[in-house]
Formats: sequence, structure tokens, C-alpha cells
Amino acid sequence: MSPTTTATTVRPATDNPAGRQRTRPLRISRVGLHLFLIGTSVIWLAPLAYAFFTALRPYADTEKYGYVSLGGHFGFGNFTAAWTQADLPLYFWNSVIITVPALVLTLFLASTVAFVVSRYRFRINIVLLMIFTAGNLLPQQAIITPLYKMYQLIPLPMWLSDSGKMDDSYLGLILIHVAFQTGFCAFVLANYMRTIPTELSEAAHVDGASAWRQYWQIIMPLCRPVLAALATLEFTWIYNDFFWATVLMQTGDKRPITAALNNLAGEFFVNNNLISAAALIVAIPTLVVFFLLQKQFVSGLTLGANKG
Amino acid sequence: MTVWETAPRRRRTRRRHLSRGDRVVLTLMAGVPLLLTLSFVWVPALLSVVLSFSSWPGIGGVSSIKWIGFQNYHTIFTIYPPFNPALEHNLIWLVVFFCLPAPAGLFLAVQLDKQIRFSRVYQSVLFLPVVLSLALIGFMTELIFSPTQGLLNNLTGHAGQNDMIDWLGNPHLNIWAVLIMACWRQTGYVMIMYLAGLKSVDPSMKEAAALDGAGQWQTFRHVVWPALRPINVVVLVITVIESLRAFDIVYVINQGTNGLELLSVLVTDNIIGEASRIGFGSALATILLVISMAFIAPYLVSIFRKDGQE
Repeated sequence: MSPTTTATTVRPATDNPAGRQRTRPLRISRVGLHLFLIGTSVIWLAPLAYAFFTALRPYADTEKYGYVSLGGHFGFGNFTAAWTQADLPLYFWNSVIITVPALVLTLFLASTVAFVVSRYRFRINIVLLMIFTAGNLLPQQAIITPLYKMYQLIPLPMWLSDSGKMDDSYLGLILIHVAFQTGFCAFVLANYMRTIPTELSEAAHVDGASAWRQYWQIIMPLCRPVLAALATLEFTWIYNDFFWATVLMQTGDKRPITAALNNLAGEFFVNNNLISAAALIVAIPTLVVFFLLQKQFVSGLTLGANKG
Repeated sequence: MTVWETAPRRRRTRRRHLSRGDRVVLTLMAGVPLLLTLSFVWVPALLSVVLSFSSWPGIGGVSSIKWIGFQNYHTIFTIYPPFNPALEHNLIWLVVFFCLPAPAGLFLAVQLDKQIRFSRVYQSVLFLPVVLSLALIGFMTELIFSPTQGLLNNLTGHAGQNDMIDWLGNPHLNIWAVLIMACWRQTGYVMIMYLAGLKSVDPSMKEAAALDGAGQWQTFRHVVWPALRPINVVVLVITVIESLRAFDIVYVINQGTNGLELLSVLVTDNIIGEASRIGFGSALATILLVISMAFIAPYLVSIFRKDGQE
């Protein structure tokens, strides 16, 4: 499949005159379809809408009027309380420290592997790509037990880790994200790079461009749309990680925010109103992805699937 | 590491052009990521299998490992109480994911692929839960199903003390509450996959079928469905993988106990519980590994077979 078709994202085709003509006799079934889709959409939005509604109300009011009621005040009190009481900025910063380097390293390493396996014909290429892809498909829990033990035994200099070990260090979390996510990105990037004409590389080669220059100045600039899609997707996945951080980062105040929310829920967020507010605050970066980068996210997801 | 010395003969001409510098650079470009993935993913996977034959208490170095043969497996299959419920819940999870979100995702994708107004809006709404983390969906499960403060009981008048339905505390109910929310996310995920697949179905084929007098169902059955084969494989894989990986939602709710046991949780309990048992946890992990490889291996063979023939 060509890169243009794989990169195509879901797009409505309402402006197709032929389509509109054909739909005319089916108007009643169309109305039924819309009713069904509207109903489904309302159900789909209900959990988030309810969370937002609850977060806007003070606990005292929901106590008095009940959770399913309209009485009482509305405001952002729960949001500011969650933000300051539980020190959420600290946890957001932890997420940044982990997510940004992990994302950059994942894309860089995945692109170098993809370059080698897609632009050269070494016999080992397929094995190489299989090792990466299969690694990404394993359940995390299948490898966590020895990994946890390894992390406790591998020493790190004190400036990298307070514990002096891989365990409980930012570097440890970053590396497992990179090792685990490189597979998916390498798979997607290799498929994409394979569609770039070989003549480009050959011409560059004749001109004396080194392998590194071909990678950095010819292939990588052409991969920008895929890199953007993968960056969006990987940002969301790494930011949303709960498991690695829960096991490999056991000191509460060093955890990234998605994992930290679980400890905080017992300690600070004692009612559903505060939990809703905190959960929505934590969801903000992913909601930004949803509203602004949806196209990239979707094409990142489907690029991996559309090999064929 | 000399990766390219095994390169196929037919490309010898091209290979000879590689300068020494290029060889070093290419080795590093493939070697560094390979080393990272091998040491952080494949070595632990292998160690899971090796250590499953051992007894290794959480504290203590490598010298405290004792080799005990199949005893861990024997314990798991005979006297370890949470194993059967966990296996059963993983199986329920898989069956539900296979029977609900997968067909629902396909159905919604087919509807939205018709030339219909506001298709983009519907797509966005259904896709929304996919960006949320599963941990967050665990919290939303509590918002909705919590017995006293939850939406469902308050809406249906079951929040009082007398006729309260304890959705999260009752071990026969809680797995279903969790699954409803898991399906909420999974359906959008599957739908996105199928929508992408449907875009690649040649529209002229559908038109030709319509001209030949094929109805909607017949067109789907004979034109669209066969073209979706690669996507069906992907959906099957994500259904299995997501069911085996399920962890975050149940862990947020009650750390995966009392009706919410899963294989993934049992593995984790043996390392972050107060008494960590590395050997025993590895045996559980190996069971998980074997089940997942049974699905991953055929999938990989199928997607890479074409490459091998090139």
C-alpha cells in the first residue's frame, strides 16, 4: 500500500454529489441511522460529561441534594483544591521528565533501525524487525518480574538515582519505555521508508553521501508526517502509562501523574467530586491531543495496522 | 557485530560500496536499539522462564536462588487459590472483547463509512475514550458504579442502605462493571481500525456490486468483508493482547482482588506485595508469556511472510 493511502485518515465524504443522490430514496433509514448514532454518542459522552458535572459541584451540595440533582453551586473550587492540595504540578513535572526524553529517544532509535532494515538488504533484517515488533506485543507483566529484580541490582551513579539503583530512577523508567515502544515505531517507520524510491538513495550514494547523511538529510525529512503521527501516539501512550511507573517507581512523589493519582486518591481525594476534578486535570494533555492532534493520533494507530 | 556479512549474494554489488565508516554507522544504528530491546525486553522474558524453576525471595542477591524444578507450576495449578479465578476472568475478558467491542466497532465503522452527514463528529465522539488512560477509566468506573456516590445507583434509586447494589464490592458483579467501561474504550479503538480498513476498499468495487443488484448486506458480505481480512487479523491481535494486558482498571479499583483477579495482577502481587517471590511470580509470568506467544507468533509469521518472499 502506498504511503498516501496508508496516511489517509478517516474523512467524511458528505460533499460527494453522487453519494447524496443515491441516498435520497433511503431517507427514512438515514433518519433512523442518525437517531441511532446520536443515541450512541450521548451514551459515549455520558461518563465524561458526568465527571465534569460532578467536578463542578462542591461536595457539600452533592451531599445535600444528591449526586443526580441540579441544586446548589457550580464552580471550579474542586479543580483548584485538587491542583494545590495534592501538589499536582510536581507530578506533571515528573511526567514531563519521563515522557519527553523517552519520546525523543524512541523516535530516534526506531528511525535508525527502520532506516537500516528498509534501505539495505541485509539477511538479518527480517529477524531484526521481528525481534522489535514481537517485543512490543508482549504483555508488560510477562517480563516485569526479572526486570524488577534487574533494576534492583543494576547500580547507577547517585546523580542519576537517589537510590543508587536503576529501580526508582527516572532513567530506569525512560529506558523501559524506549525499549518497549521502539518496536512499534520501528515497524511503522520501516514500512513507510520502504515506499521511498530507492533511486533517491542510489543517487545520493553516487554523489558520495554517507549512510548517515542519507538517513538524516534525505530519508528523515520525508518521514515528517509519520514522525508527527508516531510522536502524538507515543506521547499519549507514555504519558498514560500506569503499570511501569507503579512497579518500577515506588517512591510516591517521584511518580508521573497517571500513576501518582492512585496514591493521591486515597490520601487527598476523599470524595467523588475531588476525584472527578483531579482525573479531569490529569486527562487534559490527552484531551489536547484529542482536540488538536486527533488526525495524527488516528493515522499513527492505523499506520501500524495497514501493512499489506 | 557484523550485521551485513550475512547479506544475500544477489545484492553483492551494492554491498561492496559500503565504506568502513558506513559499516560502523549502520552497525550502531541497528545495534544500539537492538541491544536496548534485547536487554530490557527479551532478556527479562527469557529470565522469566528460567527463574520460574527457582525459588528466590525478594531480598537477597543472586546467591540466594534455589532451583526447585516444576514446584512453582505444581503449586500454581493445585493449591494457589487466586489462579483459577484469574484465568477465568482473563477468559471472560477475552470473550467479552471478542463478542462486543469487536463486532460493535465493525458495525459502527460500516455505518460511519456510508456517505453520511456529521460522520466526522460521530467518529470523534466514539473515539474519545481511546485517548484516555486505562487508569483514568478505572477512576471513571468508580464515579459511575460506586454504590453510594455513583451515578448508576443514584439514577436508579439504589444508593440507599436498604436496596443498595454494590457494583464494585460484590465479586460476582464487579468484573462486569469493569468490563462495561473497558468496552467503552475498546469499541472506539476497533472502530478506528476498521474505518481505516474500509477506506482502502476500492469504491468502484462497491459500485459495481450495487449495479449488479447486490443489496447492502450482500455487498458487505462479498466485497467489503473479504477486503477487510488484514484488519480482522489486527483486530484479533489487539483483542487478545489487550485482554491479557488488562491491569490498570482493576488495580485502581481494588488492586485486583475480590472478584477482579487477573493473571497480570497475580504476577505483580508477587513482586510488589510485602513478601515478594521472584520465582513464583516468574512462573505466573511464564504462563502469561506462553499464552501470548501462542497468538503473537502466528501473527508475526503472517505479516513477515511476504517480506521473506521478496
